[in-house]
Amino acid sequence: MTLTATRTATRTRWLQDNGVYVAVVALVLFNVAFTANFLTVGNFRTQLVQAAPVLIVALGMALVIGTEGVDLSVGAVMALAAAIIPLYLGAGPLVAIMMALTVGLAAGAFNGFLVAKVGIQPIVATLALLVGGRGLALVIADGRLVQLHDPAFLALGTDDVLGIPISVVIAGLLALTVAALTNRTTFGRQLVAVGGNRKAATLAGLPVNRVLIGVYTICGVLAAISGVLATSRLAASDPADMGLLMELSAITAVVVGGTPLTGGKVRVLGTVMGVVLMQLVRATLIKHNLPDSIAQMIQAAIIVAAVYVARERR
Amino acid sequence: MSTVQATATRTKVLQRQGAAVALILMVAVSWLVFPRFGSLDNLRDLALQGSFLAVIALGMTFVIITGGIDLSVGSLYALGGVLAAWGSQYGFLVALTLPLLVCGAIGFVNGLLIARTNMAPFIVTLASLLFARGLLLAITDEGANTYQIAPDSAFVELGRGTVFGFGYPIFIAAALAVLGGLILNRTTFGQNVFATGGAEQSAVLLGVPVAKTKIGVYTMSGTLAGLAGALTAAYLQSGVTVIGVGTELDAIAVVVIGGTLLSGGMGTVLGTVIGVGLIKVIQNVINQIGTLDSNYQSVVSGVFLLIVVVLQRILRR
Amino acid sequence: MPTEPVIEVAGVTKTFAGVKALDDVDFTLNRGEIHALVGENGAGKSTLIKVLTGIHSPDGGRIARNGRISTIYQEVNLVPLMSVAANLFLGREPRNRLGLIDRTRRDAEAKELLQGYGITADVSSPLGTLAVGEQQMVALARAVEADADVVIMDEPTSSLEPREVETLLDVVRKLHEQGIAIIYVSHRMDELYRICDTVTVLRDGVSVHSGPLKELPRIELVSLMLGRSVNEIQKHGTTAFGEDHHADTLPVLEALDLTSKPRINNIDVSIRPGEVVGLAGLLGSGRTETAKAIIGALPLDHGTVLVAGKPVPHNVKAATRAGISMLAEDRKTEGIIPNLSVRENIVLAALPKLSRFGITSRSKQDRIVDAFIKRLRIKVSSPEQKVAELSGGNQQKVLLARWLCTEPKILLLDEPTRGIDVGAKAEVQALIDELAKEGLAVLLISSELDELLDGADRLIVLRDGEVAGELEGAQLTREHVLNAIAAEVMDDADGNQNSH
Repeated sequence: MTLTATRTATRTRWLQDNGVYVAVVALVLFNVAFTANFLTVGNFRTQLVQAAPVLIVALGMALVIGTEGVDLSVGAVMALAAAIIPLYLGAGPLVAIMMALTVGLAAGAFNGFLVAKVGIQPIVATLALLVGGRGLALVIADGRLVQLHDPAFLALGTDDVLGIPISVVIAGLLALTVAALTNRTTFGRQLVAVGGNRKAATLAGLPVNRVLIGVYTICGVLAAISGVLATSRLAASDPADMGLLMELSAITAVVVGGTPLTGGKVRVLGTVMGVVLMQLVRATLIKHNLPDSIAQMIQAAIIVAAVYVARERR
Repeated sequence: MSTVQATATRTKVLQRQGAAVALILMVAVSWLVFPRFGSLDNLRDLALQGSFLAVIALGMTFVIITGGIDLSVGSLYALGGVLAAWGSQYGFLVALTLPLLVCGAIGFVNGLLIARTNMAPFIVTLASLLFARGLLLAITDEGANTYQIAPDSAFVELGRGTVFGFGYPIFIAAALAVLGGLILNRTTFGQNVFATGGAEQSAVLLGVPVAKTKIGVYTMSGTLAGLAGALTAAYLQSGVTVIGVGTELDAIAVVVIGGTLLSGGMGTVLGTVIGVGLIKVIQNVINQIGTLDSNYQSVVSGVFLLIVVVLQRILRR
Repeated sequence: MPTEPVIEVAGVTKTFAGVKALDDVDFTLNRGEIHALVGENGAGKSTLIKVLTGIHSPDGGRIARNGRISTIYQEVNLVPLMSVAANLFLGREPRNRLGLIDRTRRDAEAKELLQGYGITADVSSPLGTLAVGEQQMVALARAVEADADVVIMDEPTSSLEPREVETLLDVVRKLHEQGIAIIYVSHRMDELYRICDTVTVLRDGVSVHSGPLKELPRIELVSLMLGRSVNEIQKHGTTAFGEDHHADTLPVLEALDLTSKPRINNIDVSIRPGEVVGLAGLLGSGRTETAKAIIGALPLDHGTVLVAGKPVPHNVKAATRAGISMLAEDRKTEGIIPNLSVRENIVLAALPKLSRFGITSRSKQDRIVDAFIKRLRIKVSSPEQKVAELSGGNQQKVLLARWLCTEPKILLLDEPTRGIDVGAKAEVQALIDELAKEGLAVLLISSELDELLDGADRLIVLRDGEVAGELEGAQLTREHVLNAIAAEVMDDADGNQNSH
């Protein structure tokens, strides 16, 4: 390898590792300079509240992608969680939330079973639930939007803790938990090893199947948590729209955040920044009166650029 | 090794025949149970509804046989409809060719990125899903503007004209399916599609132009999605902006239910047509029952899909 | 015999990541000649083939090709899901008047053509439904029908039944009669001697011999492949292994009757604490499979593995728990996790032991990793360096450390010094010696005879998946081993031994 080639490679790698941070900083600076009312508490609140559900889903997605998988069913799981809430809200918000999370857990475990034990490609295994899950949610909810009135449940979406919206606090805590899980636990390291080299992981005696089922289960539970929080903020159970296309937003955030689709690496902070970046892009465009159409096309360009840069890893 | 592959034939027979048997059973039972099912009107409607999806799924069949996936078709379907409706003010030819060209070009770019830069088909077509949706919003004043097609124009005839009461789109879809089958099985391009998906490394060693083949199938998939959009617009007499969300999943589902392997290398156009028939009959029956809401349709599709992929996997062991 | 060269290679060199895969290699193939290309794994055969066919371009040297080359590979490079006929004619299908593929004619032509190769299977069924031997024959037919002047066959018989081998050899002879030149890569002695005119032996990327095959005794050929020549048998100071170890205790590992057809058959291995047992044999003799069978990574037809007298369930997890560890031959695909750091790669298998309630302890890890880096002299800038950035030798030490972390009783080492530089090789060999002294039972697999002779206390020689002999003490000489490996010479004379 020539010297210039090495230097290019180093620069590429630096960009792969830090591109998302640079982009976020650049975008923030741009907004500080050119966007009115950007540096206000109210604006930050809005941005964070909007980003929280995506972040929670993206955290689970990052873990799944770290194992060289993908979970297309997250949006459908959110819809299922939303559909479950009004059924059990009569028994108290805690029961309703627990039931919703249980459904997410079951859905995730089912995906994990298909991937690990039956050996179906992740994209196909989770596609079935994507196709059927939302329909099931609509069947459960009888196809209707249900207004929710339980004050304790609604508080989840409106109240603050120390001046920070509850959903943001939860998303933050979950991000810390997932970061700790990835970096500081046996499970997390095994997960990355399975994604990095499944054959070697098997030969090293790692519990590959258990890790895979665990990862998809966590992803399902996180999607359900996201569904619960979004439902609470909406003050309504809306399985038709809840989490629609969420799988795409989550995958985008994870990939833009520098977690390669080829597995073997999970970047939790990168994922957080990926979510923030995509949220900022959208907010910036809206604040500058650029329409949704342009926003979507720019998002598409960002995805392609991020994956293009990351592809040289192999 | 050979026993693993020996089951390929068994899988093929069981899947294709399985979907066909399921379709025949569904039709027979529906005919007996629901008096309205067998009526000519209902069958015409069923075929017409299926024809739009069949056109999209035809392109998807080729893509999936190469071992890829195309998530952008739902957006391209909607975009094609809008472009056709907008173009109809300049005459029949513009209304028909504009969506084909634009959607085909987006498909071409998909193929180019996938074949030349080795990016995953999943992520590339995900990006163009967003891009095409954005483009659609851009030309419809953020979705506020629904272009209408003059009811007396020749283009509307393309969507609403009938022969013996059967709409033109049915014949167009059928002709394309026959053509697609011929291309897949009787041309070098078709053989290259199978070889690319069946064993990419070997295909390269065998002299198959793998990159060109991939670019070809994605271009084809985009073009067909655009055509389906144009036909839908002609039928609806307007470029409805909100259609096509999730249509890529329906297309993938019918292709897989029709016995095409999602891992690539094997599949048939006939299977896809049967898959479309199956899904549309199920949808029709659920509508007939009346008391069941239409959401059961996607549940049943999901379950079907699951059964098929699990069977594919088990039979290949 | 005409001596018009169709391929002429002079002084070709090819380097991958600093390792010379081919070093100044000369090679000449004459028209109508069947030329055997032999050498152990990693000797450079595949690289040479890829250079000949133009897949790799050499770093230096000259290649003259005078004709079309077709290659058939060990693994059938066709499309299993497509029909036999479609595979055969892919890219040059017969057409009808409309320009469409004429399937009837294609199938008829395929059927007729394949009959010449002894294949009567239905040509419209998927290729994958045929036996591997038949698939290989289809690949051969395709290569020949492409009007090749040179056909390269890379281990064409490695997965064939004896009957299929005969058919294939007949076809090879037919091609020979048609004047097609053939490069025949195989490690099966009897096949080589039956059909080949000339031979080129590669070792460590160097062409160590080239000439007529018939004049070369088998034992000499095996010796050329494995290392130094027969007449310099003394074995002093060539490897870094120390004195032999004497162990009088009971075996800690007993593997009995390991059978996984067709790869291995009735293999018994027992190792005592502190003992190094070597597995010798040519490529494909079942060495790696034996080790994989012991660790539970190869499904068995029957056989038992006992550790300290207790049976071990046949799976990797149970075997690891019982104290068996295996250093896989293929570091890249079966060993290192490239994205992880040196530290994480080392502690991977021992993580549960280094954690409490699933939470990893960094201080415990650092302590053990530092100790191993020092002890195994792993050259890293820091334990946090990515393992993919290390040299082959250091990667191997990292993997060795991974297994030592789990405090194993039995260590299975599959080609532990393959592809690493001389200095690191000596260090790894010295380490193996040291570990055995500390009481570990070691199974050592190597293609290098010297490494086995110096390193092992006892040698088990494998041939065609079976134990061909066990050598100990004074029998541990080059001649004994070569005799056991090349025994087909004598067996053929008895006429009772067939390879399978």
